[in-house]
Amino acid sequence: MSDPVRFFYRGEVHSVADSAPTRTLLQHLREDLHCTGTKEGCAEGDCGACTVVVAELQPDGEVAMKSVNSCIQFLPTLDGKAVYTIEDLKQPDGALHPVQEALVECHASQCGFCTPGFAMSLWSLYLKQEGKADQPCRKTIDETLSGNLCRCTGYRPIIDAARRMGELPPVTFDRAALKATLQSLQRDTMASFSHGGQTFYAPRTLDELCALRAEKPGATIVAGSTDVGLWVTKQMRDLGDMIYVRQVQELFHMQEADGMLTVGAAVSLNDAYAAICRHYKDELTEMWQRFASQPIRNTGTLGGSVANGSPIGDSAPWMIALGAEIVLRSVHGQRTLLLEKFYLDYMKKDWQPGEFVEAVRIPLPRKDVRFRTYKLSKRYDQDISAVCAAFTITLKDGVVSDAHVAYGGMAATSRRAPLAEAAMNGQPWNEETALAAMAALAQDYTPLTDMRASAAYRMKTAQNLLRRFWLETDPVAGQPLQSINAFHYAEGAAFA
Amino acid sequence: MNSKNDAFLNQPEKQAWAAVGKNAKHESAELHVLGEATYTDDIREEHGTLHAALGISAKAHANILSMNFDAVRAAPGVVAVYTHKDIPGTNDCGPIIHDDPILSEGLVQYIGQPIFIVVADTHDNARRAARKAVIEYEELPAVLTPQAARDAQSFVVPPMHLARGDAQAAFERSRHKLKGELYVGGQEQFYLEGQISYAIPREGNGMLIHCSTQHPTEMQHVVAHALHRHSHDIVVQCRRMGGGFGGKESQSALWAACAAIAAARLKRPVKLRADRDDDMMVTGKRHCFYYEYEIGYGDDGRIAAAKVEMVSRAGYSADLSAPVATRAMCHFDNAYYLGDVDIRAMAGKTNTQSNTAFRGFGGPQGAIAIEYIIDEIARNLGMDALDVRKINFYGRNDEEGRNVTQYQQKVVDNVIHELVAQLEHDSEYRKRRQDINAFNKGSKVLKRGLALTPVKFGIAFNVTHFNQAGALVHVYTDGSVLVNHGGTEMGQGINTKVCQVVAHELGLDLDWVRASATDTSKVANTSATAASTGADLNGKAAQDAAHTIRRRLAEFAASRHDGNPDEVRFEDNFVHVNGQAIPFAELVQKAYMARVQLWSDGFYATPGLHWDPKTMSGNPFSYFAYGAAVSEVVVDTLTGEWKLLRADALYDAGNSLNPAIDIGQVEGAFIQGMGWLTTEELWWNPAGKLMTHAPSTYKIPAVSDCPGNFKVQLYKNRNAADSIHRSKAVGEPPLLLPISVFLAIRDACSAVGGHRYNPPLKAPATSEAILNAISAVQERAAVQDAAEAAD
Repeated sequence: MSDPVRFFYRGEVHSVADSAPTRTLLQHLREDLHCTGTKEGCAEGDCGACTVVVAELQPDGEVAMKSVNSCIQFLPTLDGKAVYTIEDLKQPDGALHPVQEALVECHASQCGFCTPGFAMSLWSLYLKQEGKADQPCRKTIDETLSGNLCRCTGYRPIIDAARRMGELPPVTFDRAALKATLQSLQRDTMASFSHGGQTFYAPRTLDELCALRAEKPGATIVAGSTDVGLWVTKQMRDLGDMIYVRQVQELFHMQEADGMLTVGAAVSLNDAYAAICRHYKDELTEMWQRFASQPIRNTGTLGGSVANGSPIGDSAPWMIALGAEIVLRSVHGQRTLLLEKFYLDYMKKDWQPGEFVEAVRIPLPRKDVRFRTYKLSKRYDQDISAVCAAFTITLKDGVVSDAHVAYGGMAATSRRAPLAEAAMNGQPWNEETALAAMAALAQDYTPLTDMRASAAYRMKTAQNLLRRFWLETDPVAGQPLQSINAFHYAEGAAFA
Repeated sequence: MNSKNDAFLNQPEKQAWAAVGKNAKHESAELHVLGEATYTDDIREEHGTLHAALGISAKAHANILSMNFDAVRAAPGVVAVYTHKDIPGTNDCGPIIHDDPILSEGLVQYIGQPIFIVVADTHDNARRAARKAVIEYEELPAVLTPQAARDAQSFVVPPMHLARGDAQAAFERSRHKLKGELYVGGQEQFYLEGQISYAIPREGNGMLIHCSTQHPTEMQHVVAHALHRHSHDIVVQCRRMGGGFGGKESQSALWAACAAIAAARLKRPVKLRADRDDDMMVTGKRHCFYYEYEIGYGDDGRIAAAKVEMVSRAGYSADLSAPVATRAMCHFDNAYYLGDVDIRAMAGKTNTQSNTAFRGFGGPQGAIAIEYIIDEIARNLGMDALDVRKINFYGRNDEEGRNVTQYQQKVVDNVIHELVAQLEHDSEYRKRRQDINAFNKGSKVLKRGLALTPVKFGIAFNVTHFNQAGALVHVYTDGSVLVNHGGTEMGQGINTKVCQVVAHELGLDLDWVRASATDTSKVANTSATAASTGADLNGKAAQDAAHTIRRRLAEFAASRHDGNPDEVRFEDNFVHVNGQAIPFAELVQKAYMARVQLWSDGFYATPGLHWDPKTMSGNPFSYFAYGAAVSEVVVDTLTGEWKLLRADALYDAGNSLNPAIDIGQVEGAFIQGMGWLTTEELWWNPAGKLMTHAPSTYKIPAVSDCPGNFKVQLYKNRNAADSIHRSKAVGEPPLLLPISVFLAIRDACSAVGGHRYNPPLKAPATSEAILNAISAVQERAAVQDAAEAAD
């Protein structure tokens, strides 16, 4: 018996029955509801023309309102949530919302096709800024808009609008009413949405998930659908039955204990990185900001990223370097293994039948351990890395031990560099050691050439990033990143 | 960074009343932010609408041996499959040369070439079905690069040659000589709204096509030929595009034709909307260019001889490759008098997408070569590149001389000296150069770089007859005004500017004037909205129409109120005649009652243009637009990562029709041009498949690429030519401004070797290209240092 998908839309509970579970929110808006303000620019979550705001109840019971790429969200993932599109921004009297007013005032639209998406991303920022006196800083604006491409304006007037919107007469949003509505939409039992022989299951408990997984070992597990969504929109794959993990309350669990931070598999990338960066602010904040884009991080999960295990992930290298663990669960119980042991070969992982990712466990900072990670890509915002490097060393009296050197983009999986590590362990942390480790990398990896970079560039920069790590962490003359990294230099005082 | 508080934008209006020169908001701004602006895919579909998708070639060069569509036809929702045999008329969508089949007739010439159309009940079903065809190929050797095409003497049009004087002799005489090569990659337009056409059969042979296109008339012609119907049967409409940038000039024809063919066969409305990947795999892009050059120059850096051979990647068919090459040849001089010149251009036939128009249309590709060369001259002579640029600038008048281009047009409106001097001063170029030198001495890993580059850009279609436009202005009896013209709105603000011109002419506030969709049944035989000429041509045509109505109204008012028609003033929504002020709407109503014609057509043909393609000479341009920019970057020599720290641009929009829109054009072009030269890399695999065919892999600038310190200003000038209100075009020329970014990066690379060696930097200057250039400099410096140590 199939449930209808129910979400709050245009001031009422909207119910969708008899729709393919892989139908995207964007298709539904444009083709079924003829609500065409939201645009399709790429259908892969990379351009932001389709951006909407989705409201959902957080584990703490509060309402979170986040920008989301509607082009890769399957309809059933919206069950129990609220969807706001560009058509919702206008005031009841027809007046423009301050976000819209600011965009008009600043001449921030030219062709206008990307504008609804920008407006929705800006609205998510506007909601966060409520009650704050200060304009958002450029960094915050960039983060907010990192998933929105504009080909006409060059962004300057849009950035101005982001600053301007808070200066206009404010418009408030009634979260209390929304909270009540969302509470009324929550289900007590597992929902399932079926169409054409395909079922989308949304279990609510870990036990339900375990049982379902055992029963349907071939089903596709869906979390944020920031990758799985593309299997449908781009690869046109038939996903069969699907199991959605982002209604499983236990998977939102986050906990610090025994020197480890546990992050449940359903926790969004933004929430996960926020928790992690409380401990690793200097080391991981840049990676957080540069991991995909704001709307992708709002729905995508660290658990999903790790489970997919792309050879060029931005998180796997640093997690491997830190010695992070993956917690896998099935009806037979739970097992924990080092993340690096999970990746066997290209897109091949150590899955046991019926298993899914329950959590990842990240070691908290340890005394004497120096840790850094660096990402290289063609573009700063929202790009897949050509090379991603991560290093941890224990440094006592200037001597290296327990070196963990891990790279993405250099092999079929993100993996460690044993020869480079061997060249570092037991050695004084100086240029000679760094050079020896850099040379060893040429034996550790045989990278490939593709559209992101050539094999030669990958190897050379893999080596040079190790050099950068030494320059930063040299026990005698370590240099601030600002003097050896172009982006950090640019952020520095010289051009405030 | 500019803001709405920018001094220029707030300058007081010069006249007591004027609708032109104001910072009017884009006419669709409110619709844009409300999500209510209707793009082609937003038009309410008619009952029974079907959706099409294209089946495309999987091979770069092959004969099709067999095609089996059984699985396609059996796929859910499929209604029909069409191949070239189903085209009632001519199987061609080439804009100039007819070498561009709509659907392959058995030979495929690139991966992505359309072979068949599948029509289904939904967009999704059509796309899914299109992948199910079984096609057998016999592969043929493929040519993938411009250099390979040149070596094979494989061209889509015959090579072109433009010469002045005896460049070889001048080269040999020169005190200094340099030879070199440069590769500049292409660029995907990446309009946010992909290609789309929606064809709706009408009675008789009629066909209405809603098409996202910069060239409705050409769409009309292509569809008429493909359907074997007359032009008067076909109506093409375009209210707006979600970006065009040249990519919807000729390349929208394929989509219009396929939608129309399917609609004609089925007698049902058919929409064809390209998915982003299909769009990028099928359509052409900016031409990449490969150059080899030989330059002779003096001790002062002045160029006496310039020889260049340029070969572009045209792709498999001619499309607009010939005029792109012509414009490249006509912009190799940029702002410089080059002495004796010899330019050879070839459009290499390659087994890739057929390259096409893209903002600048060869102009950027011509100018970047000479800017790269001047950079080398400066380094070879140990001079600041700005000084070499200045000494080569065109002369300002006959006395100064050096004021005739290589194609024999005299430069009569030269402001580059003054404009660059102003920018040099305002941007503190010299002081920053010193600061940077000091910084670079003390910084091992990071190097900063600085460059100032000028722009001179010829305005008009090179081909004279395209320089014409028409408009219709209707004044209704309530005083409201509707204007229709042949230009298309792609975000550049042409409708806003044309409405301003009409409002100005009739003395009305802007909200009295509305622009309607471009429509081939309203204004006939239009030119493409291209070559930066949209507002110039259509503004003049609309002004002509509005002026006719104004004259009639003035005569009517004068006759009624005992005045002189020449003294009637149209201002403030009133008509002032013989001491009386009559509301415009009131006068219009009376004029209607008196049977005065309240609508008019208007027409404009740019005067003074001629071009001889045989001798590659003439007066192709109505005037030149000028500009300059200074860019400063920091480069990481370990990784090739870089960041634009500051950019200052000054642009000559003449007597700007709308400074806010013009500044938006300059800023947008700057960032777009920066993308062309840095992050936007088109990458084909060895089999000839474009692997960067979506935003996940093809990286246009994103928000944080906009520099925190970005100052764009308009240069105060008045067009010497009699353009619309003495304004100047703004669409394409500013795309050349970020050549300064590219050369600032090169300057930073050069700092690694103490500015002794020319970094071989190719475009786009990806981090990889930058690191390669740095490595080359480091290697040369090491060899030199070793040699010096040995001495």
